[in-house]
Amino acid sequence: MILITPSTRGMWTLFKKELLRFWRVAFQTVASPVVTSLLYLLIFSHVLEGHVQIYPGVAYTAFLIPGLMMMSLLQNSFANSSSSIIQSKVMGSIVFLLLTPLTFLEFFIAFLSASVIRGLAVGLSVYLVARWFVEIPLVHPIWIIAFALLGSALMGAFGIIAGIYAEKFDQMAAFQNFIIMPLTFLSGVFYSIHSLPPFWQKVSQINPFFYMIDGFRYGFFGVSDVSPWLSIMVVGATFLLLAWLTLKMLKSGYKLRG
Amino acid sequence: MQQKYHQPAVKINQLHKQFGGLHALNGVDLTIEQGEFFALLGPNGAGKSTLINTLAGLLKPSSGSVSVMGFDTVNQYQESRLNLGVVPQELVFDPFFNVREMLRFQAGYFGRGRENDAWVDEVIEGLGLTDKAHTNMRKLSGGMKRRALIAQALVHKPPVIVLDEPTAGVDVELRQMLWEFIKKLNRDGHTIILTTHYLEEAETLCSRVAMMKQGEIVALDTTTNLLKTFTGKNLRVNLGEVILPSSIAPLLRSVDKGVFTLSLSDVAQVEFVLAELRAASLKVQDLQLIEADLEDVFLSLVGSNQEGKSQFSLAGAH
Ligand SMILES: Nc1ncnc2c1ncn2[C@@H]1O[C@H](COP(=O)(O)OP(=O)(O)O)[C@@H](O)[C@H]1O
Ligand SMILES: [Mg+2]
Repeated sequence: MILITPSTRGMWTLFKKELLRFWRVAFQTVASPVVTSLLYLLIFSHVLEGHVQIYPGVAYTAFLIPGLMMMSLLQNSFANSSSSIIQSKVMGSIVFLLLTPLTFLEFFIAFLSASVIRGLAVGLSVYLVARWFVEIPLVHPIWIIAFALLGSALMGAFGIIAGIYAEKFDQMAAFQNFIIMPLTFLSGVFYSIHSLPPFWQKVSQINPFFYMIDGFRYGFFGVSDVSPWLSIMVVGATFLLLAWLTLKMLKSGYKLRG
Repeated sequence: MQQKYHQPAVKINQLHKQFGGLHALNGVDLTIEQGEFFALLGPNGAGKSTLINTLAGLLKPSSGSVSVMGFDTVNQYQESRLNLGVVPQELVFDPFFNVREMLRFQAGYFGRGRENDAWVDEVIEGLGLTDKAHTNMRKLSGGMKRRALIAQALVHKPPVIVLDEPTAGVDVELRQMLWEFIKKLNRDGHTIILTTHYLEEAETLCSRVAMMKQGEIVALDTTTNLLKTFTGKNLRVNLGEVILPSSIAPLLRSVDKGVFTLSLSDVAQVEFVLAELRAASLKVQDLQLIEADLEDVFLSLVGSNQEGKSQFSLAGAH
């Protein structure tokens, strides 16, 4: 079984095309999610700053920023692969990829990498802009990078699955509204799960988004709800599971080759 | 490019394709040699696109096998796709890029880089797309989109080129231009396979044709042989606005302003027709005996049920 052709140019081309696809409309794909995050930041910090302190010595506004960064990073990695695939399926232009000698692994790597770049670009932009408003420590940069990469890769893979599975745009919207949004808002972006009633704490603990955000936040403040090692294992395992599922779908040609 | 010599361009063995209960391809066997200009004919729903899409790897065979230049489309899909350029039937396009960008990306997927740019420009030029090279795909007219779609299949210089209804919905001028372009590709050594329901197209361009009906190949021969073995002729009689006697009505192929075209299975039938017209006291104002064309062969093979008939006479009337 051939996994990668001797010349990786095909994969590289697809990666570049996927990058250009969002970069050409960066206003919509990067700037606009950054603005959304800032709105959250302004509103929540205005309402809650001074009333809530989650970790000792960490201002609420500072606490909020890693959560918002991760949230926009996750949503945008997902959006990149899922929207590209669903659009080319609906337009029919997906045949141009299906006619090529690209292997399923090359397809996977190209889409995943472009998703990671988009996620990182948005996450980083949120950080750069937020720094204007508040001092944010960077206690363990390695953890920050590890969670940012794994989180965006996980959502890039999930986006491929959703893009292949969905047949219409409204099915894709259902993925966003019924899976991504609830998981995001129940993950502790705006609060520590310790402030939740016990039942909802338990619910949060089966949400992989919680571990992505908690581990990511640990990288900034050196404090978190659970150990970053536990978080990285949960996130890593979820990524592997989704990557395996994505590759299985791609290899079988599920919904792509009749 | 990896290529096997002395291999047929396309070899199809006992190919079956089912969509649920529908048998879209029912045991197709077909070999197309390198350098051929081949047409796949058949009414809508005959299975032409299904055959092409299986060849391209867009569909998986239910059973049987297909190879391109000796490479199996399933087990050696990379080599087989490198050797194949496919122009899909639907006018699909990627709305994010302009013509040249899109063609370069497409070449890149096939492992080709900068060294290939000259060829991409040649294809752009050859298809009359030079003025549109920097135009976004979205903004192209239908005809221009069709050209871009053809260009896209050629960017990796495939030895075998398949065009699924390349001239459907295309105006006469563009059709002529595309014919010339495709003929040139064939002269340059590319194997050309096209599907069409314009019989005129197959007759003027192709050296060999397969006629398909309900997922099966019902005739496979050179255009000349098919016409030669077909003894029928067409009789065109100008009778004015009248009603044909019921005895000869079944022979009617088309009628246009009082000029009736009748399909005869044999020249000897002329006498019968004339006798019947005289018996019905119809006056023959003019009369002409015409050689059969592929349409006649097709109708005689596919059966002249009214549906197939109207479809094909419409298609042939251009
Ligand atoms: N993806 C599909 N799913 C179900 N049926 C299909 C599909 N593609 C084609 N068919 C059916 O298979 C038959 C052959 O279709 P097609 O190959 O498109 O014919 P042609 O190209 O000769 O007009 C038709 O009855 C068509 O409805
Ligand atoms: Mg068709």
